[in-house]
Amino acid sequence: MNSVNATAETAVLAKTPFLLITPPSRWWAIPLGELWSYRELLYFFVWRDIKIRYKQTAIGAAWAILQPFLNMLVFSLFGKLAHIPSDGLPYAIFYYSALLPWMYFAAALQNATNTIVENQRLITKVYFPRLALPLSAVLSGLVDFGVSFLMFLVMMVYYGIRPGAAVLWLPAFLLLAILTALGVGLWLSALNAIYRDVRYVLPFLVQFWMFTSPVVYASSLVPVKWRWLYGLNPMAGVIEGFRWSLTGRGDPPGRMFAVSVGVVIVVLLSGIGYFQKMETTVADVV
Amino acid sequence: MGETVIHVEELGKRYRVGERERYLALRDVLTRAFTAPFRGGRERRTRDYLWALRAVSFDVQQGEVVGLIGRNGAGKTTLLKILSRITRPTTGSAEIHGRVGSLLEVGTGFHPELTGRENVYLSGAILGMSKREISQKYDAIVDFAGVERYIDTPLKHFSTGMQMRLAFAVAAHLETEILFVDEVLAVGDLEFQKKCLGKMQEVSQSGRTIVFVSHQMNQIRRLCQRCMWIDGGRIRYSGSMLEVVSAYEASFAALPSPGEHGAEGRNHSTRFLGWRIAEPRSDVPNVLDSFGSITFESSLAVNEDIRNGVHGIALFNSDHQLIWATSVDKLRLKSGSHSLRFKLPSLPLRPGIYHWDVSIWEGGRCFDRWTCVPEMIVGTKPVTHPQEEWQGLLNIPWEFQVEQQDEPAIRQSGR
Repeated sequence: MNSVNATAETAVLAKTPFLLITPPSRWWAIPLGELWSYRELLYFFVWRDIKIRYKQTAIGAAWAILQPFLNMLVFSLFGKLAHIPSDGLPYAIFYYSALLPWMYFAAALQNATNTIVENQRLITKVYFPRLALPLSAVLSGLVDFGVSFLMFLVMMVYYGIRPGAAVLWLPAFLLLAILTALGVGLWLSALNAIYRDVRYVLPFLVQFWMFTSPVVYASSLVPVKWRWLYGLNPMAGVIEGFRWSLTGRGDPPGRMFAVSVGVVIVVLLSGIGYFQKMETTVADVV
Repeated sequence: MGETVIHVEELGKRYRVGERERYLALRDVLTRAFTAPFRGGRERRTRDYLWALRAVSFDVQQGEVVGLIGRNGAGKTTLLKILSRITRPTTGSAEIHGRVGSLLEVGTGFHPELTGRENVYLSGAILGMSKREISQKYDAIVDFAGVERYIDTPLKHFSTGMQMRLAFAVAAHLETEILFVDEVLAVGDLEFQKKCLGKMQEVSQSGRTIVFVSHQMNQIRRLCQRCMWIDGGRIRYSGSMLEVVSAYEASFAALPSPGEHGAEGRNHSTRFLGWRIAEPRSDVPNVLDSFGSITFESSLAVNEDIRNGVHGIALFNSDHQLIWATSVDKLRLKSGSHSLRFKLPSLPLRPGIYHWDVSIWEGGRCFDRWTCVPEMIVGTKPVTHPQEEWQGLLNIPWEFQVEQQDEPAIRQSGR
């Protein structure tokens, strides 16, 4: 009788979710399983970011087109004045194809960096995997990216540029941009939770980063010998890749791209590690 | 008794004192480095630690409603935060079996720019509900909050009261097996609090396990069977609700602030020295936990003979409302010490804190008037109407019966 009861009890216990709370350990793991079980919350975070972004703006999501478009106009003007080589592409296409990933990246990085500080109330009041915050910040930027990409399609038709098979590579470059924003965003959001200085450093960082990326110029300006080194900036690989896959000009992914991928993996894994270290104390700190 | 669903062992949490300051900005780090020479500069090395929680162990069975009481900063919220995984413990461990929900705040995740409807979904998801679950309960939530008309306008146009109602409505529909609640009921107006308390009562009777922090003893009395008194990061007293609440309240009463002697009494040495409940006898002579007769006894030191004295007695509740008073006259008291006793057949007061006031007079001259310390704690079992608005001043045990011809009487009682 007793043993029957005991097994019935353990069966009940086994069915209910079990949670063990312990002091933080030295080890960290990527909590993919947990993130998966919180996927609905992730969805709601992304949804919230998108909903709020253009509330109380007069033209709403049109900003997603206007921002890269205005940038493109300014850059084209300078490009023309300074006779910047554009690999034989119209300036509009040359710049817009770079601004697409760049503006996504800059916005995603900014959102991800501020996300822990902006959601500190939430963090101190309820549990969810904290990784969901920078992850959703990075993902929600994709909607703007999609909108501005539609604009690019229109421009392609206008200039009569037809992408080749290389366009199949585009998702890979986009993924690399997402992971770069996530990796760096993890580092910066964790640092920002501790040192609010990060918030002030960020605009300079983004600006500096843009000039070290082939946004306003083509990476063909960089001597071939140093191209791989240039790949240490993963956005260089991403932007060059975007141009190549969308227009067919420039170089297909080579050593530079491989270096970029390597850098992103390192930044991402270390970012997750650092973020989780911060995560254990963040509710006590923010 | 159900099975153990929460098992806490030696749980401890250490904070670094000044940690917040340290992490504010790089500027502070620099400022500190700069000013350090002027302050002796050893500050950083002699960093202090503060244990917010020390080696706390307990078990909670399935279906129990456990109240956590204690002063501010005692560690109650830290304990709840560890159990709801918001922060990690420094030592020890906790095992939890079942889906956990925690309500440490009303309106977690609400965003002013989103509409009421959107906020219901967002807040629900943040509290741990699935989208399907929220959709199912959506109508009930909006109905409970009573904000149907405004549900599609941005939350920032809601009044504070409406926001609060909506927020609580979402939280109240969180149906996890285990619930951690922190002082959530302390918000809003009285009307709202009543509604929340009613809902909490409903929830607590539904067989779910609840651990709940409150400073309001009437909430604790209403909802909990078991209590833990947390003091200085440790469990000071754990046991049945009545025991723990009485002990906790007695600890407040033992503080020396009341107990003032009347003005004229100060330069006169005839004075009251103490008081106790002489009958029924107990170890804590200021706690009344029975409905039967009670003997109030005060001790008086008289230094010159009183020939025609008047002894007054009054009983006040914690709102300083007079409950009962009387006086006796023509007292002859020789110098020396005396015990003055009032025997009452019963004192069926609603549980809570009361204070006695005693005085001794002669011919319009007051020798001493004393607000008795410690205060009296009434810790009897409440037998009155369960709803707050029908709680009177008294807690009278009762018997009830219905009789119909040729049928056995149906009886009920509360005592």
